[in-house]
Amino acid sequence: MSDFTADNGPAKGDAKSSLFHETTRTKRRNAAETRFKAYGIAAIATGLFFLVALLVAILGNGLPAFKQTFVTIPVELTEAKLDKNGNRDPADLAKVSTFGYKPVVTAALVSALKAEGIEIPFAKEEDVEDILSSSVAAQVRDTVLANPDLIGETVDFRLLASSRVDGYFKGRVTRDALVRDKNLDAEHLDIADAMVAAGLMKTTFNADFIFGSDASESRPEQAGIGVSMVGSLFMMIVVLALALPIGVAASIYLEEFAPQNKWTDLIEVNISNLAAVPSIVFGILGLAVFIQIAHLPQSAPLVGGLVLTLMTLPTIIISTRASLKAVPPSIRDAALGVGASKMQSVFHHVLPLAMPGILTGTIIGLAQALGETAPLLLIGMVGFIASNMPDGITSGFLDPNSAMPAQIYEWAKRADPAYYERAWGGIIILLVFLMTMNIIAVLLRRRFERRW
Amino acid sequence: MPLLWLFILILALGLIGFILGRARALKNANGDIRLLHSLPTYYGSNVLLAILIPGLAVMVIWLILQPMVIQGQVSSMIPDTAYSDKGALNLVMSDVRRVAEGLDIAVEQGTLSHDQARDIRTELTDIRARLGAVGVALGSNVESYVLKAAQKYRTMNAVGNWMMTVAVLAAALAGFAISYMRTNKDMRARNSVEKVILGLLIAAASIAILTTLGIVLSLIFNTIEFFKLYPALDFFFGTTWSPSFGGGSELGILPLFWGTFYVSIIALLVAVPIGLFAAIYLSEYAGPKVRAIAKPLLEVLAGIPTIVYGLFALLTVGPMLMTVFGEDGGLGWMQGGRSVMTAGLVMGVMLIPFVSSLSDDIINAVPQAMRDGSLGLGATKSETVRQVVLPAALPGIVGAILLAASRAIGETMIVVLGAGAAAKLNLNPFEAMTTVTTRIVSQLTGDADFASAEALVAFALGMTLFVITLCLNIFALVIVRKYREQYD
Repeated sequence: MSDFTADNGPAKGDAKSSLFHETTRTKRRNAAETRFKAYGIAAIATGLFFLVALLVAILGNGLPAFKQTFVTIPVELTEAKLDKNGNRDPADLAKVSTFGYKPVVTAALVSALKAEGIEIPFAKEEDVEDILSSSVAAQVRDTVLANPDLIGETVDFRLLASSRVDGYFKGRVTRDALVRDKNLDAEHLDIADAMVAAGLMKTTFNADFIFGSDASESRPEQAGIGVSMVGSLFMMIVVLALALPIGVAASIYLEEFAPQNKWTDLIEVNISNLAAVPSIVFGILGLAVFIQIAHLPQSAPLVGGLVLTLMTLPTIIISTRASLKAVPPSIRDAALGVGASKMQSVFHHVLPLAMPGILTGTIIGLAQALGETAPLLLIGMVGFIASNMPDGITSGFLDPNSAMPAQIYEWAKRADPAYYERAWGGIIILLVFLMTMNIIAVLLRRRFERRW
Repeated sequence: MPLLWLFILILALGLIGFILGRARALKNANGDIRLLHSLPTYYGSNVLLAILIPGLAVMVIWLILQPMVIQGQVSSMIPDTAYSDKGALNLVMSDVRRVAEGLDIAVEQGTLSHDQARDIRTELTDIRARLGAVGVALGSNVESYVLKAAQKYRTMNAVGNWMMTVAVLAAALAGFAISYMRTNKDMRARNSVEKVILGLLIAAASIAILTTLGIVLSLIFNTIEFFKLYPALDFFFGTTWSPSFGGGSELGILPLFWGTFYVSIIALLVAVPIGLFAAIYLSEYAGPKVRAIAKPLLEVLAGIPTIVYGLFALLTVGPMLMTVFGEDGGLGWMQGGRSVMTAGLVMGVMLIPFVSSLSDDIINAVPQAMRDGSLGLGATKSETVRQVVLPAALPGIVGAILLAASRAIGETMIVVLGAGAAAKLNLNPFEAMTTVTTRIVSQLTGDADFASAEALVAFALGMTLFVITLCLNIFALVIVRKYREQYD
C-alpha cells in the first residue's frame, strides 16, 4: 500500500490536476505497470528461447547422424586368399579371419582408384585403406560366409567410410584438425574428394543408425541405436504389463472402496511421497532388492522394467484417480439403484467411462519411463557394448541389453566426437517416440473426453 | 522352461475349474438360472480363484525361499580356509553357481551325459576347459570343494524344483476340490468372489507402502554396513572426498553437499524469477489465445528427458560458456566446459515449467474478489499483483519453490554430464564440482564389490539424499495444504 500513502495522492484543490493530463506520479505508476508487464513477456520469451535453442541444438547436431558416407567399389574375392583348399567347406572358410580379408578389400580399393585415374600419393599404396572403416573386412567376411559361392567372383560392395572421412563431408573434421590426428592425413581427404567426384563415394541416408547395433569405441561410423531400442521396448512391455493393472487396481481401491482410516492415510501419504522421490533412489532400490537380494541378472530389461514400474506407479495412480473422480456419482447411483453390487457398479460402469482418462495417464507415464536414465545406470545398463539383438522373448527380457537413454549416455561418455553426433541423433529418435506417445495421449483425450 | 510350463498348467487348470464350477452350479439349479444366488459366471470365477491364488502363492513363496535355503546349505559346505570374509564367500558362491549352471548347460547340449555330470572329478577332468567349450567362462580352475558344492547345489535345485511342482499342483488341486464341492445353487458366489477381488485391490494399493519400505530398508541396511567400515562422524563432517578402491579412502560428504547446494542455488536463481514472472503474466495479463499457445509450449520443457538436458549442458552450453568465461574469452575463469554454472543454468531451464505451472495454479486459486477490491481502490494491475495477489499466494509459491529445490537436489543426469567429477569446496561457479547424485552413480556403476566401503558409501549418500528430499517435500506439502485451507 506504500504507493498510496507515500504522499497522499495528488494535491487537493490543485487546479492543474485533471484526468486529461497525466501527473508525474501517474506517469511513474503507468511506467511501472508497463515495466512489470514487460518482465512477464521477457520471462516467457526467455523460456521459449531456451526451448528453441534446445531444439536447434538437437536438430542441428543430430540430423547428420542419419546420413553416412559410403564407398561403393567392386571387390574381387580371390579364391587363393579366401579359400585355399578350394572346397568351399564352411569350417575352412571360417578359419580365415578378418585379417585375411583386409588385404583383399584394400587391393580392391587401390585398383578401383587406379581405374578412375586417381593418384595415390603414399609411399605404401596400402595406406589408403584408412579411408575405409575398420569394420569393412568383417562386413565382407560375413557376406562371404553367408554365401560361399561368391568366392572367385567380383562383387560390388557398399562399404562404410571411416568416421574421419565421414566427418569431413559433414563439416565436423577440418583439414587443420587433421595435422594433429594420426588416423588420417590431408592426402586421404584429397583422395576422398576425388572419389566423390568419380562417384565412388556418396553420403546417403543410413538406416543402420536406426536399426543397427552399438559398435566398439573406435568405430563410431558403425554404431546404431536399434538394439537398445529393442531393450527399451522390452522394458516398456514390463512397465505396461505391471504398472497399468496395479495402478488401476490401487486407484479403484483408494477412490471407490477405501474407508477413512490410518491404513488408507498411510497409503495416500506414501503415494504422494513416492511421486517426488528422486529417480536415482529407485535405482538404488532396484540394485539392492532385485540384483543383490533376488539375484536377477544385471543389465536385464526385466530388472529395468521393474524399477521403472515402481517409478511410474505414482504417476499412473494419480491420473487414474483423477479420471475416476471425474465420473459423476449419478452413474454409480443409477447402477446401484437397479440392483448392481458396489463392485459391479465400479467394474461395469465407472471403469469403462474412466478408461480414456486412464489410458492417457498411462501413456504419459510410459513416456516418462522411456526417457528415464538415472536408475538404469545403477542396475548396470551402461559400460558395455549392446551389440547383439536378443534371439527370442526370454532372451529379450533376461539378456543384458541397453535402453535408448542409457545408450545415449554411453555415447556421450565416449571420447571420439563422432559419438557426440550419434548421441544427438539418438536423442532425435527418442524425442520422436516421446512426441508420438504424447500426441496419441492428447488425441485420445480429445476424442473420448466427456464433459458431464 | 519348466517354470513357464507349470504356470501355464495352473492357468489351464483354472480354466477347467471355471467351466466345471459354472456347470455344477447350473446343474444343481436344474438349468434354471433364476434359482441361483449369483450369476453363473461367479460360480466359475469362484473355482478359478480358488485354484489360481493358492497355486500361484505357493509358487512365489517357494521361488523366494528355495534359493535362500540352498544358499545356506551349500555355503556351509565350503571350508572356512577357502575364504577370508563375507565378500570372499560371495565370490566363491558365485563360482559354485556358475559351475552348476555350466554343468546343466553341458548336459542340455549333450556334451556330457547325466551320469558323467554327476560323477565328474576335478582330479580327472579339466572342468574349466569342458565348461568353456559350452560357453561358460570361469575365472580360475575349479577347486574340488567348489565342484562338490556345485554338485550339491545341482541336486538340491533339481529336488527343490520337483518338490515345488508337486506342492503347487497339490495346492491348486486342493483349492479346486474344496471350492468345487462347496458349489451349489444357494452358495453366495458373488460375495466371495468380490471379497477376493477387494483383497487384490488392497494388495495393489499397498504396493506403494512396500516400495517405500523397500527403499528405506535397502538404504538403512547398507548404510549400517557402511558405518561399520567407516566412522559416521568422518562421513558427515569430513571435508575431503577421495575414494580409492585400494583402501585408505577419505569419504567426507561436505564437498559433495556444497556442490549439490551450489548447483541447486544457481538453478533456482534461473528458474524462480523466470518461472514466477511467466506464471504471473500467463494468469493475470495474457489473453486466452496467448495462454493457449505459451503454456503448453513452456510445458514441453518439462516433458523433455533429463538425458537431453545433460547432453545440452555438456556439448552446447559448456562450450558456449567457455568462449565467454574461458581462457579464449580472455576472462580465464573457466578451465573446462563442465562447471557448476553449466549444470546450474541447464537445470534452471528444466525447472522453469515446474515453477511456472505450480505457481500458475496457486495464483489462479486466489479469489477474484481480492483482485477486484484492489482494482476498485484505484491500484494498477501490477500494484494489485505485487501487493495483493502475491502476498496471498506466497505460502503456495514458497511450497512450489521448495518442491523445485527438491527436484534440483535429486536431479542426476544433468550434473553427471555437466558438473564434473572433482570434489571441491570452492566459491568459483565456473569451477567443476561434483554432487551427491553424481557420486552415487560413479560409486555404483562398474564391477564394484558390495562389501567395500567405497561402494557402500553410495547407499549412505542415497540415504542422505532420500531424507533431505523427503523433508523438503513434506515441508512443501504442509505449507501448500495450510494455504489451501484459507480460501476454500
